[in-house]
Amino acid sequence: MYKIVGKRRLNSTITWLEIEAPLVARKAKPGQFIILRTDEYGERIPLTMAGHNSEKGTIDIIYQAVGKTTLLLDQFEVGDALADVVGPLGKPTEMEGLKRVAVVGGGTGNALAYPIAKGMHDAGIQVDMIAGFQTKDVVILEDEFRAGTTNLYITTDDGTYGEKGFTTDKLKDLIESGNAYDEVVAVGPPIMMKFVCQLTKKYDIKTVVSLTAYMVDGTGMCGGCRVVIGDENKFACVDGPEFDGQLVDWDELIQRNSFYQEQEKEDMSHICRLTGGVRYHD
Amino acid sequence: MINLVKEKNPMPEQDPMVRNKNFKEVSTGYTEDMAINEAMRCLKCRKKPCTTGCPVRVRIPEFIEKIAEGEFEEAYQIISDTSSLPAICGRVCPQENQCEGVCVQGVKGEPVAIGRLERFAADWHREHFKDEVIEKAEGNGHKVAVVGSGPAGLACAGDLIAKGYEVTVFESLHKEGGVLAYGIPEFRLPKSIVAAEVSKLADKGVKFVNNAVVGMSMTVDELFEDGYEAVFVGTGAGLPQFMNIPGENLLGVYSANEYLTRINLMKAYIPEYDTPIHISKRVAVIGGGNVAMDAARCAKRMGAEEVYIVYRRSMDEIPARKEEIHHAIEEGIKFQLLTNPVAIKGTDKAYVCGLECVEMELGEPDSSGRRRPVEKKGSNFVLDVDAVIMAIGTRLNKLILETTENLEPNKKGGIGADEKTGETSHEGIFAGGDAVTGAATVILAMGAGKNAADSIDKYLESN
Ligand SMILES: Cc1cc2nc3c(=O)[nH]c(=O)nc-3n(C[C@H](O)[C@H](O)[C@H](O)COP(=O)(O)OP(=O)(O)OC[C@H]3O[C@@H](n4cnc5c(N)ncnc54)[C@H](O)[C@@H]3O)c2cc1C
Ligand SMILES: Cc1cc2nc3c(=O)[nH]c(=O)nc-3n(C[C@H](O)[C@H](O)[C@H](O)COP(=O)(O)OP(=O)(O)OC[C@H]3O[C@@H](n4cnc5c(N)ncnc54)[C@H](O)[C@@H]3O)c2cc1C
Ligand code: SF4
Ligand code: FES
Repeated sequence: MYKIVGKRRLNSTITWLEIEAPLVARKAKPGQFIILRTDEYGERIPLTMAGHNSEKGTIDIIYQAVGKTTLLLDQFEVGDALADVVGPLGKPTEMEGLKRVAVVGGGTGNALAYPIAKGMHDAGIQVDMIAGFQTKDVVILEDEFRAGTTNLYITTDDGTYGEKGFTTDKLKDLIESGNAYDEVVAVGPPIMMKFVCQLTKKYDIKTVVSLTAYMVDGTGMCGGCRVVIGDENKFACVDGPEFDGQLVDWDELIQRNSFYQEQEKEDMSHICRLTGGVRYHD
Repeated sequence: MINLVKEKNPMPEQDPMVRNKNFKEVSTGYTEDMAINEAMRCLKCRKKPCTTGCPVRVRIPEFIEKIAEGEFEEAYQIISDTSSLPAICGRVCPQENQCEGVCVQGVKGEPVAIGRLERFAADWHREHFKDEVIEKAEGNGHKVAVVGSGPAGLACAGDLIAKGYEVTVFESLHKEGGVLAYGIPEFRLPKSIVAAEVSKLADKGVKFVNNAVVGMSMTVDELFEDGYEAVFVGTGAGLPQFMNIPGENLLGVYSANEYLTRINLMKAYIPEYDTPIHISKRVAVIGGGNVAMDAARCAKRMGAEEVYIVYRRSMDEIPARKEEIHHAIEEGIKFQLLTNPVAIKGTDKAYVCGLECVEMELGEPDSSGRRRPVEKKGSNFVLDVDAVIMAIGTRLNKLILETTENLEPNKKGGIGADEKTGETSHEGIFAGGDAVTGAATVILAMGAGKNAADSIDKYLESN
């Protein structure tokens, strides 16, 4: 069992958990993820590791409660235990040779971008982070971002906090005002990543994105996580989750991520109606 | 006294039109009387050809004789001397190509139903010895790691623990059993049987560490650093293949591995489980092996009205076990033979809405000895389906090869290992099962695990 040793709500839908998982913590690197199962009846869902502590044997995850499993996960408190945590999975972020990088995060994607930004910063790379949110109320992790990057720029769509506008607007400003980036890293909703890639293509800057495909095993066994990268099928779990964003077929990715939406909406209304979100089984 | 009836005692089964709506076991097993009656058909041949047909050399006529005498426990003991998973082998081994294929009774009639008798003995034992006290072998102080808990890993662990080794099995999934757990469906192999075999090994002292992906959670070299003196790699051949035809990433296209894993491991057919799966009305399964049959029969049980097996050769070449094909036909699966898919069609929302196929005819034999299918020009037609499952084979899993230095691959891209001893190019690493041979059978994987256990024993003794 994988005990929860820390829990912190970051905003109304995003939560930080610290979980005992010594096997995973021992090897974890920025960019990698885990797959967890809440209990015997649970789905296996992938989540990026936001951090880890090899000595304590713990890992951190930050997730947004969007559907059944993440809502159930939200019911777990410190002291409770998850049925399964497997990892670290996926290829770690490549940092070799980089000197200066812009990391762009969108919404929950900021939480996924954070370990990459911090990992690069710790490795001595200059990291400018652009953290985009819809509005002030949902801004998360500002102190952590500030400590883990060289420069932090916050944007909100409605201008209620930081600078008004999209992350792509800020990125464009930074590039045009003479910041020469070796690479851009973008993590967020696929549509945001797509626009970041369109922009950076104009300036010919290599752009790395972290893709969230549906996953089951996370080891290359099911093929469910296949994504099209430059006309080739790749498995996001073992070949990724980070890919060259210029080569991603975004429309297809967005389409594939809608597959179970109807069914999940139904499942969710069931669990919320019937149990108020908590599942008790023996 | 020998039973002169030429046919096997039939196996009691659930009615096809009932069972194709549930996941309970298809065959319900022989009664004691049926088993005795069937056992009496054995001629006790002096040369015992059946035994040579068995990859792990079960002493077949001896155990059959015990059944004929009503000594069921003795029969079980004889089998379990050589086979560590009899309840499983009795259910899923391709007996027609092995022991039963060479049984003398088969020359003029049907062979002795060796598989059904094996299953009977194993089931009888399980029912009557529920609280069996497991004897633990005396420890010899040496530690061995087994990677993968499929039949190869389980067989290897079983033999090593019996020899006194301290054995730890590392498994990447949350449940043990490999294909037995995630691939082969409940209606063919109840998961309680797999779990019983695993817990028997655990009682004997084998440690199981689940959620450990060797190559990611730790490397093989790190296992040596952690004090394991030898490592057996039985990671299977789990990488699904696709056909590279247009439309393969549409919504409703599954690999058989994903489809079967969602159903069998993740229990998508039980409402209490959260696992999502696309509920389809008309399903095409591409391929003709056991995997295809399992996927098709699962699709039917998940509520599909029409399920097609789309296979490019004819019924004579189809590779699945005869019994499974027969069961599939009884359950209403349609066989679209001499048919090859060329494209998958989708709706404007990208959901599958058809499978475009072309008719085939058989030409000259190819390198595999089977007649090569050739396309009939202009014979394209569209099969009206809303889901497509690819069951065209798997490749070898590379995670361990890529993360272990000095471990060489073989020609097929799997782990290079001597098929008799399991020895690899890396000292102390042994390998076997599908990870070495490519997709094969449960019994061959078990045999490889057992051979490797012997080699590991010799290797550690001489060190
Ligand atoms: C490698 C990887 C890392 C991830 N890291 C994080 C993370 O650190 N924090 C986090 O909050 N989320 C992360 N995700 C997404 C997370 O896995 C999904 O949000 C989660 O599976 C939703 O499960 P659910 O049952 O609660 O919701 P569901 O009921 O399954 O889905 C609710 C909604 O979320 C969408 N969704 C479901 N699964 C995914 C998915 N895999 N990718 C994109 N959208 C999805 C659905 O389309 C639906 O609209 C990651 C995904 C991957 C593949
Ligand atoms: C659907 C289906 C039906 C079949 N039907 C039959 C049948 O009727 N009769 C028959 O004889 N054969 C059948 N087979 C074939 C048979 O199941 C396989 O040949 C056999 O299971 C191979 O055993 P194995 O131990 O080599 O590998 P597997 O059973 O594949 O087990 C490998 C295990 O290793 C684990 N693993 C993989 N990589 C790692 C890693 N890096 N770290 C830790 N663990 C890892 C996997 O999760 C898995 O549990 C069928 C196969 C399938 C897919
Ligand atoms: S070959 Fe057939 S008849 Fe002969 S001993 Fe074996 S099972 Fe009996
Ligand atoms: S999650 Fe199954 S292959 Fe990637």
